[in-house]
Amino acid sequence: MQISFTLNGRPTTVEAAPATLVSELLREQLHLTGTHIGCDTSQCGACVVHLDGLPVKSCTLLAPALDGATLLTIEGLQGAPGSNQMHPMQEAFREHHGLQCGFCTPGMLMTAVALAAEKPDLTEADVRHGLEGNICRCTGYQNIVVSVMAGAAAMNAAKGE
Amino acid sequence: MKPFAYHQPAQIPDAAKLLTSIEDSKLVAGGMTLIPTIKQRLANPAALIDLSKLGNLKGITDDGATITIGAMTPHAVVAASPLVRTKLPGLSALASMIGDPAVRSRGTIGGSVANNDPAADYPAGVLGLGATIVTSTREIASGKFFLGLFETALEPGEIITAIRFPVPLKAGYAKFKAPASRYALVGVFVAKFADGVRVAVTGAGPGVFRVPPMEAALSENFDPTAVAAIKIDTDGLTSDIHAEADYRAHLVTVMAKRAVEAALS
Repeated sequence: MQISFTLNGRPTTVEAAPATLVSELLREQLHLTGTHIGCDTSQCGACVVHLDGLPVKSCTLLAPALDGATLLTIEGLQGAPGSNQMHPMQEAFREHHGLQCGFCTPGMLMTAVALAAEKPDLTEADVRHGLEGNICRCTGYQNIVVSVMAGAAAMNAAKGE
Repeated sequence: MKPFAYHQPAQIPDAAKLLTSIEDSKLVAGGMTLIPTIKQRLANPAALIDLSKLGNLKGITDDGATITIGAMTPHAVVAASPLVRTKLPGLSALASMIGDPAVRSRGTIGGSVANNDPAADYPAGVLGLGATIVTSTREIASGKFFLGLFETALEPGEIITAIRFPVPLKAGYAKFKAPASRYALVGVFVAKFADGVRVAVTGAGPGVFRVPPMEAALSENFDPTAVAAIKIDTDGLTSDIHAEADYRAHLVTVMAKRAVEAALS
């Protein structure tokens, strides 16, 4: 079936079988390999993308759900448009050592950005609750939580400018 | 995944017709249970009938004495709704505890209730509040809807369109999560109405159930201490790698106390 959607700001049309997972479509057909497949069983969150602004696990999403929708992947995450800068959340992860091996990072970032966008005054408890669906096998959670708090503060500051 | 046909009907009667006319077809709402099930090859449907294009199945309406939640309303929307938070506080808390944020973006109340997973959260809220399940053909009281392990009163071709909740005086939910899956090892929903208290338990057995002795005690005195000494029978409770039946029975009392505390806070 033909599926048309907006991918990282660009109109995109693909031909895909209904049984195609969005994670497969992104990586194998569209060659956007920033979205990682960790467990492929909806547990680990490495494949989180934003569908119409909401965090979803792309390994548990069928391609037809994209039709008419807006999809943001880690490749589309950026600072001010045209600035060639990283997103404030990415900057915070770098600054606070929010990654070790980096495999979970794309999903952590996508979940964190959605979390911070939804609730501007995040507490540490909110962050830990919000990251329940993202697993870091390096167990680097402490710095990830610190990074998300800092990234959320930076997103708020950028919004206020 | 094995291939399947995909239908996106625009009207409920069309969806019902597809469901009855295509052998081995399944409805898909948010897909948070169905997609993993197909991926694990525990289900092999010939066709999926996607309910997302049906009109009027999303949203929350205030009818005064009741609140109606459309079947395709995602958990995140229920959790964030100021109306639900004010009128059905226990249900708001329950929705915010389901799975993780990604599951709450996609998973729907209708899908959860129709699936009737023995450890799902919503069945406790629906039975605890004495809600009515509105379908394409009729209305079913929650007490007659949940029939046990993944089993409901839904007839072939029948589709849930909404859940209608009576507004309680107070309501609360507490759950002890299985740490990996975040499903309820035990979840207890309590709701206080003018004519009495309802207590519904999920996760502990093969299906959601009420606890009449706790309901009687809380109707007398709506306080955590009222249920503290009430033990429930381990007969019929689940024992598995996560917990033995006697531990689940113990958790029912603890979660009931916490649910009452939540309702009073």
